Amino acid sequence: MSSLSERPSKPVVGQEIPHEAASQHVTGRALYTDDLVVRHPGILHAHPVQSTVAHAKVTRLDVEPALRVPGVVRVLTAADVPGVNDAGIKHDEPLFPDEVMFHGHAICWVLGETLEAARLGAAAVEVDYEPLPALMTVPEAIAAESFQGAQPLMERGDVSAGFARATRVFSGEFEFAGQEHFYLETHCSLAVVDENGQIFIQSSTQHPSETQDIVSHVLGVPGHAVTVQCLRMGGGFGGKEMQPHGFAAIAALGATLTGRPVRLRLNRTQDMTMSGKRHGFHATWRVGFDDEGRVQALDTTITADGGWSLDLSEPVLARALCHLDNAYWIPEFRALGRIAKTHKTSQTAFRGFGGPQGMLVFEDILGRCAPALGIPAHELRRRNFYTDGQSTPYGQPVRHASRAATCWEQVWRDGDLETRLAEVQRFNDSHEDIKRGLAITPVKFGISFNLTAFNQGGALVLVYKDGSVLINHGGTEMGQGLHTKMLQVAATALGLPLSKVRLAPTRTDKVPNTSATAASSGADLNGGAVKNACEQIIERLRVVASGKLGVPAADIRFADGVVSGLGTKATIEWDELVKAAYFQRVQLSAAGYYRTEGLHWDSSVMQGSPFKYFAYGVAATEVEVDGLTGAYTTRRVDIVHDVGDSLSPLVDIGQVEGGFVQGAGWLTLEDLRWDTSDRPTRGRLATQAASTYKLPSFSEVPAEFNVRLLEDAHEDGAVYGSKAVGEPPLMLAFSVREALRQAAAAFGAPGVCVDLASPATPEAVYWAIESARAGGWTPDDDVAVDHARTAGDRHPDSERETVGV
Amino acid sequence: MTDSPTVSVNGTSYSLHGTPPWMSLLDFVRSQGLTGAKEGCAEGECGACSVLVVRPDGDQASRWTALNACLTPAVAFASQEVVTSEGLGEPDALHPVQHEMAVRGGSQCGYCTPGFICSMASEYYRPGREGHGEGDAEHGANGFDIHSLSGNLCRCTGYRPIRDAAFALGSPETDDRFAARCAAPAPAHPTAEVTVDGATFLRPGTLDEALAALSAHPDAVLVAGSTDWGVEANLRGSRAAYLIGIDRLDELRELTIGEDAIQIGAALTLSEIERQLEGRIPLLDKLFPQFASRLIRNGATIGGNLGTGSPIGDTPPALLALEASLVLAGPGGERTVPLADYFTGYRQTVCAPDELIKAARIPLPLSPITAFHKIAKRRFDDISSVAVGLALETEAGVISKARIGLGGVAATPIRALATEAALEGSPWSRETFVRAAGVLREEGTPMDDHRASSAYRKAMLGTALLRLHRDESPQEATA
Repeated sequence: MSSLSERPSKPVVGQEIPHEAASQHVTGRALYTDDLVVRHPGILHAHPVQSTVAHAKVTRLDVEPALRVPGVVRVLTAADVPGVNDAGIKHDEPLFPDEVMFHGHAICWVLGETLEAARLGAAAVEVDYEPLPALMTVPEAIAAESFQGAQPLMERGDVSAGFARATRVFSGEFEFAGQEHFYLETHCSLAVVDENGQIFIQSSTQHPSETQDIVSHVLGVPGHAVTVQCLRMGGGFGGKEMQPHGFAAIAALGATLTGRPVRLRLNRTQDMTMSGKRHGFHATWRVGFDDEGRVQALDTTITADGGWSLDLSEPVLARALCHLDNAYWIPEFRALGRIAKTHKTSQTAFRGFGGPQGMLVFEDILGRCAPALGIPAHELRRRNFYTDGQSTPYGQPVRHASRAATCWEQVWRDGDLETRLAEVQRFNDSHEDIKRGLAITPVKFGISFNLTAFNQGGALVLVYKDGSVLINHGGTEMGQGLHTKMLQVAATALGLPLSKVRLAPTRTDKVPNTSATAASSGADLNGGAVKNACEQIIERLRVVASGKLGVPAADIRFADGVVSGLGTKATIEWDELVKAAYFQRVQLSAAGYYRTEGLHWDSSVMQGSPFKYFAYGVAATEVEVDGLTGAYTTRRVDIVHDVGDSLSPLVDIGQVEGGFVQGAGWLTLEDLRWDTSDRPTRGRLATQAASTYKLPSFSEVPAEFNVRLLEDAHEDGAVYGSKAVGEPPLMLAFSVREALRQAAAAFGAPGVCVDLASPATPEAVYWAIESARAGGWTPDDDVAVDHARTAGDRHPDSERETVGV
Repeated sequence: MTDSPTVSVNGTSYSLHGTPPWMSLLDFVRSQGLTGAKEGCAEGECGACSVLVVRPDGDQASRWTALNACLTPAVAFASQEVVTSEGLGEPDALHPVQHEMAVRGGSQCGYCTPGFICSMASEYYRPGREGHGEGDAEHGANGFDIHSLSGNLCRCTGYRPIRDAAFALGSPETDDRFAARCAAPAPAHPTAEVTVDGATFLRPGTLDEALAALSAHPDAVLVAGSTDWGVEANLRGSRAAYLIGIDRLDELRELTIGEDAIQIGAALTLSEIERQLEGRIPLLDKLFPQFASRLIRNGATIGGNLGTGSPIGDTPPALLALEASLVLAGPGGERTVPLADYFTGYRQTVCAPDELIKAARIPLPLSPITAFHKIAKRRFDDISSVAVGLALETEAGVISKARIGLGGVAATPIRALATEAALEGSPWSRETFVRAAGVLREEGTPMDDHRASSAYRKAMLGTALLRLHRDESPQEATA
């Protein structure tokens, strides 16, 4: 057991406590960025002028009419930018564009005394366009060879040899949709120039340091002139990792130019039409199995729908490639990744960050091909699990590979799957119009940022003379319970009750150069840093206590606010010790730091060990489908998930359940539709409001929902033996999709293969049922076909560039 | 009439003076520093803005009714009592609903939470809740109906801990001040008028005053629950020079059950109608849980659902199957129009600019075999891609009468006349329904859009009759 992972006696970590702000949440006292407006008299409101076409040159922009609207104070345009006119880090996202790249693209921003004035001002701005062709789908972009960024190739072994060895070879194609984050709190920034000339921005951001960077380059000022604070977010899910920066820059620009506070809050339609989403993907694939259903080779080309700019598409693609294997051993492997450039919002991070998309490609392959192989889908999956000692296609040994099997066996046993599979069969045999499906799927998810440099965290721990403790760390709170866990880590490391420790909001002038709170890494990185800061202080206090108690410093113990020593009955209260330390001139604060050791990644060859460890989980889902409508209900879900030794079980269970339901939303319900017609509205997002884009509601909650954390799951490489939990559970929802596929198949002849669209809306399920009744999907069993076909998909430039992250 | 109407929020009186008619109650309370209620969607879909309002429960009592504060103009709450999550409890003195949500992990990011708290509190205080639970996934043993939260979205938790919190609630203590409030009548609703920058909101005291105002302002917009107008104002920036709030007019709030008809006042909300009918119209009982969400049903009125003339309203297919007619009131008096003749085009009706809907009339006796099929992506709170209302009668095994209303398949709600003819006079048999299903598939002119393809809409028309046959056939012998 490492010193990082070892827990002292009576630890506060591991206690099942509510979210640290729960009492504020339920009484409406918890403040979010837009709740601060009433605290800023004289605040101005920003409203965008959005493009009404998908792709065009802006040939004329006349803001004069807006200035004639009562209450309009100023219109911000490219001419106002003192620094760099760019909202990103790739210099492909002009903050004020002269060529609009998607329907809804903000061209300029109007500042008004009221939001109503700004809105009317924006409506008065006159824009002329010279329309250009717009690409709306990945197939359109592929046909036009419209790609952006690197085209990484991940290879292991020799796929030709694998296909030659295989007795069954199938090929297919799969295109699936992205997902809107739909955090309940839309993007919001509030900027002021403070008493000292410092630009202070309150922002709903997962990445305050990068918000600071972008604001400073837009304003042309050094980083030390800009401070970003994030009180908390009303949900992030990756949507506030890169996307808030431009909005913060607009607010900051407005505040510096007018000298007044500026608030920029997107309404839901603006948020949905302007901000990036989960990438949809297109995949072509060829897969070979032996007689027992063991995968021999996979050759695939996956193309992400990047939208109009790169944003985080390259690292998303890298993670997709790193997760095509999910929990399965694929000996010969070849995968090419590409990023389509289309005229849509710039797609971005979303819980799982490409991992879900990579896994979906292969889970779909298994679900589709199992009947053709004559093997039950659950058996096919289980048979291909990694075993200890094997490595991923990118060369990382699969640590704790057997945990997937352990989770699987527990779900199989606790979920009574043997009996229930038979019951489902009996039910289906006796019902003509209604069928059930029961599927079980695994998750293996790599933890750490693919880019090694991001795997560092910082903290600032302050002990005041009265013994009270204030902690800051570089992570942001978006509901995932990071602050709760950090309070528990600090209390554990200092040997204090939770009530002694308070946490201050995330600010760039407290902890600098932070990484995004992303990649599920928040607790690992910041927890390591908080623990490090606390231990620095404890080491100093140990010496003071040693003098007081007359025992060696190494024998001093801190627990529950009481300081004791081995071999003595004397104790000192924490507060008393702190006071003594102050008078002895002992420093009572510390900056903590943590870096994840043992990582390396070579993006030029897509090989390395980018992940500190893997998180595992397994889910079994039973659904019931009405054959007359395609409508379905989720009857029961059983999950066992590996969070290491949980830092905070109530928080972790919440992450597992919430991730699962969000994943189920992506795969079944949430249906992003862009106008792909040739009408003037081409490129408009048709589902741009809560009334047309439906999230899971209470009607999608499984009637029976059993979630358990894997026991005896200590992780040596992370703080107090825990594991990251934010993203991996989302992918447990593959079990819902596969259960729907099996239920649809039950309407057809035994052994029918089913091609199910994603999202599997009731309509999509209805068509899958109709297809199953008509004979289903016919796998292209092409063992004799020329192997060069899928290889031909490879882009000529694929080896020229290397993936950035 | 008073010059400066006020609204009570958490027991404090706030002046509505200078509040523009388009400003929602949500924006108003937030501008007063009560930032607990949030804007999540501004169209009544997410419930983050939910607040509690005292509404009448008969003449002598009242009930805490949860509403979407984002949809209704603040000035419509003149003289009314509103409570937000801040008013229910304090961090160190939590309300029972707040306590259960906090300790069970019912909040993660917390943004939707104040809205959930208000919806949950409304159900907590619902008269008759306690001890009527079925103990299934949607009904707690404590009588808590999870449908009361169907208009609240949470993106973080996956809802399980919220369900657990709801089902763990006990009963209000005897000294509970909110429960005590229910024992007294709801606040009166005096005439109110607010004009800001040339835009007026009027709440008339009587139907005659409303009609007079309508005659004087032919472009006036009538609002009741404002669940449609609020979306227009918030998302499309619609601004009316003259708004007339008719939701409190006594003449529009009567429900009478006569010998040959049931008459439902146009300004009764869907929730009020559901309660007052007590199951007397089974087809409407099938409709109610599928009509938007509880939050919307608490505000939306039957008159409003018909008054917009929308082709995808949920009540018209059911009311067409019930052969309802509408009572229209105008300066010249009242007239009654069959609903089948009411719709004239996309959002167009026979209702004249100086008329309003006073009531819907449903003739008795009712056909005994009924169904309401709403096809949508989501079971709770979605807009239909196709809606089908069905009412059939049989005599000696033969279908003697069939009435079918359709929504979502044409520019207006329509009757499926050819299908009705194909059913009437035929035996109750699978063959009849299969044949008639082929006719129903071809009714209307369904479109392709983001909700569904036209092919799916047609298919769903076809399967509606097969579903009815499947679900109702056990009754064949007794029908």
